[in-house]
Amino acid sequence: MRLAYPPNIRIVRVPCTGKVDLLHIMRAFEKGADGVMVVGCLEGDCHYSQGNFRARKRVAQAQQLLDSVSIGGQRAQMFNLSSGEGPLFAQFAKEMTAKIIDMGPNPIKVDRDAA
Amino acid sequence: MIVADKKPIEEIIEVIGNHERVLIAGCNECVTVCESGGKKEVGVLASALRMYFLNNGRDVKIDEVTLERQCDHEYLEEIRERVDSYDAILSLACGVGVQFMAEKYTATPCYPGVNTCFLGATEERGVWTERCQACGSCILAVTGGICPVSRCAKRVLNGPCGGSTAGRCEISKETDCAWQLIVDRLKALGRMDDYETLADIKDWSTDRAGGPRKVVREDLRE
Amino acid sequence: MNVKTPSKLEKILASGQLAVTSEVGPPRGSDPDAITRKAELIKDHVDAINITDNQTSVCRMCSLAACIRIKQMGLEPVLQMVTRDRNRIALQSDILGAASFDIANILCLSGDHQSFGDHASGQNVHDLDSMQLIQTVRRMRDDGQFLGGDEIRRPPSMFVGAAVNPFADPYEIRVPRLAKKIAAGVEFVQSQCIYNLDKFEQWLKEAEDRGLTEKVHILAGLTPMKSAGMARYMKNRVPGMDVPDDVVKRLADTPKEKQAAEGIKMCIESIQRLKENTAIRGFHIMAIEWEEKVSEIVEAAGLYPRPQVD
Repeated sequence: MRLAYPPNIRIVRVPCTGKVDLLHIMRAFEKGADGVMVVGCLEGDCHYSQGNFRARKRVAQAQQLLDSVSIGGQRAQMFNLSSGEGPLFAQFAKEMTAKIIDMGPNPIKVDRDAA
Repeated sequence: MIVADKKPIEEIIEVIGNHERVLIAGCNECVTVCESGGKKEVGVLASALRMYFLNNGRDVKIDEVTLERQCDHEYLEEIRERVDSYDAILSLACGVGVQFMAEKYTATPCYPGVNTCFLGATEERGVWTERCQACGSCILAVTGGICPVSRCAKRVLNGPCGGSTAGRCEISKETDCAWQLIVDRLKALGRMDDYETLADIKDWSTDRAGGPRKVVREDLRE
Repeated sequence: MNVKTPSKLEKILASGQLAVTSEVGPPRGSDPDAITRKAELIKDHVDAINITDNQTSVCRMCSLAACIRIKQMGLEPVLQMVTRDRNRIALQSDILGAASFDIANILCLSGDHQSFGDHASGQNVHDLDSMQLIQTVRRMRDDGQFLGGDEIRRPPSMFVGAAVNPFADPYEIRVPRLAKKIAAGVEFVQSQCIYNLDKFEQWLKEAEDRGLTEKVHILAGLTPMKSAGMARYMKNRVPGMDVPDDVVKRLADTPKEKQAAEGIKMCIESIQRLKENTAIRGFHIMAIEWEEKVSEIVEAAGLYPRPQVD
C-alpha cells in the first residue's frame, strides 16, 4: 500500500502472536529496544483461535515486570487489527513511536552507552 | 507435587544485595509444572534482573542454568565445574533444592527465589491447591479418599465442625469444607455407616511434631 | 438416674427438672472484677455459668482462671475448653488444674479458627478434636488414666458436655454427629443459639427417633437479639447460624428504640415453646455483654426461682 510509517519500527514476523513469549519481549528490552509492539489479529478472529488472547496476557505480564524494575511497563503494548487494515497499522506505528519518544529511550541503553 | 510461588522481585533484588556474579538455577520438575521456577521463569527473571542492575549502574553478571532436579546429588554435580565463578546462587527450586544446593556448595551462598507453599495438584492452569501435609500416617482409606489433615482448616478427624456452611469452610467462601466433601464421597460410595465410627486419636509423632523425618530403606542401600 | 460427679448441673438434670445455664466472657485483661461483676448479675437465675475459652480466637483471660473465680464465689462454673490452642498435654494438665479446684463441668469444643481473632498469624494446635477431647475427659474420669496410659492421682470428676449445631451444614449428619458425641461419652449438650425453631424441633425429633434424647441432656441455646441490625449480621456474617427472614422482619418492623425489648420477647417465646418439647432438658441463655437481661428472661419464662440441690 506504500503508506508511510515511522522508520524506527523493526518488524519481526511470527505465524501468530501466540508464538510471542514473555521471554522474547523481555530479551528485546534487554538488548536495547525502546518499545515492543505485539500486533495481532482482531480478537475472535485469530486463525489459531486463542493465540492473540495469550499474547495479550503476556504483554500484560511484561508490563508488570518492566514496571517492577523501573524500565517502564508502557513500553510494551498489544495491538489488534485485521491483515487488510494497512492504514490502521501505520496509525498504531505512529502512536507507539510518539509514546516512546515521550517516554525517552530505554534507560538501560543510556547507562550502557555511558559505561 | 510441590507447589511454589514466585518471590516478589523486590525481595530477590534485596537478597542479591552486593553480589556481582549470580547464577540463577531453575528446576525441571515441580516448579516447572507450577510455572514458578522452570527454565522459562529463570530466563524471564534473569532478563528482568539484568535490566534492573544496568539501570542502576551496576555491573552484575546474571547467568542461567536449569537442572533436571535439585534434590538429587547427580544433577547438582553438573554445575561443579562452574560454581566457583559465581559469588551467589539464586535457586528457584523448592526449599528442598535450595538446601541441597547450599549443602553441596558450601562456599557459595544460596538464596531462595520462590516460596515453597505446599504439596498439591493442578486444578487447572494457574490454580494449585493443597492436598497433603505429609503426616506420615495416611488415613485416606477411612475418609473416602479426602484428607482432613490437609484440607480441613482445623484438621478435625471427626468433622465437620459447627462452622461449615453450604459446603464451605468458616474461614473463607473460597475454601471447601473438607468434611462436606468427605460426607458426599461416603454417600456416593454407599459408606455412610462409616461416618459414625469415631476416628482414633492421631499419633502426630510421624508428623512434623516428631522432629525432622527420615525414611531408610535398607533393602535399597548399597 | 444417678449422678457420677459432684456437679450441681448434673444433679438438677438428673432430677428431671429443667436446667438453666448462661455464659460469661472473660475480660481482655487481668481484672478479676470483670468476671465477678457479670456473675453477680446472673447468679440467682442460673444453675451453672459457662466461661468461654478465647472465643472467636480473640485473646482473653483464660477460662480456667475465670472458672476458679466463679468457684470461689460459691457458684457453679462450666469450663469451656477449645482444642485450637492446646495440645493433649496442656488439655489434660488444665483439666487437672480445674479438678484441683473441684470445677465439675467441662464443655469440649473445637474453637473458631484463629483467622477470626486478633492473632491471625498464630499457629493452631488441634492435637485432638472436640470428640477426642470428650473421650479424653471420660477416660481421665472413669479409668483414672492419662491418654498416655499412666495412672492419675485423684482423677477429675467432671460432667462432660459439648456443643451441637443443628444449623450448620450438612444437615444430614447433624443427628449422626450427636450419636457420635454420645458414643464418645458426652453427657450434656448445649446447642448453638436457636432462631429457626422449626428446624431445631425437626432435629430434636430425628434425635428422639434414634433414642438419643434418652442418652444425653439437651439444653437449647438462645441469644436475645438486640436489634434488626444484629439479626442481619448474624444471618449473613456468622458461620453456622440460621436466622429465618421472618425473625429479621419482625425486628425490622419494630421501631428502633423498641427492638431490644422485642428481641427479649422473642427469646422468651422461644423458651416457652421449647419447654413443651420433652426432648429439651434445659436452656443455655447466651447474652454476652447483655448479662443484665438474663434475669428478666429467666423470670418471664417461668424458670425462676432456680431449684436448690445439695
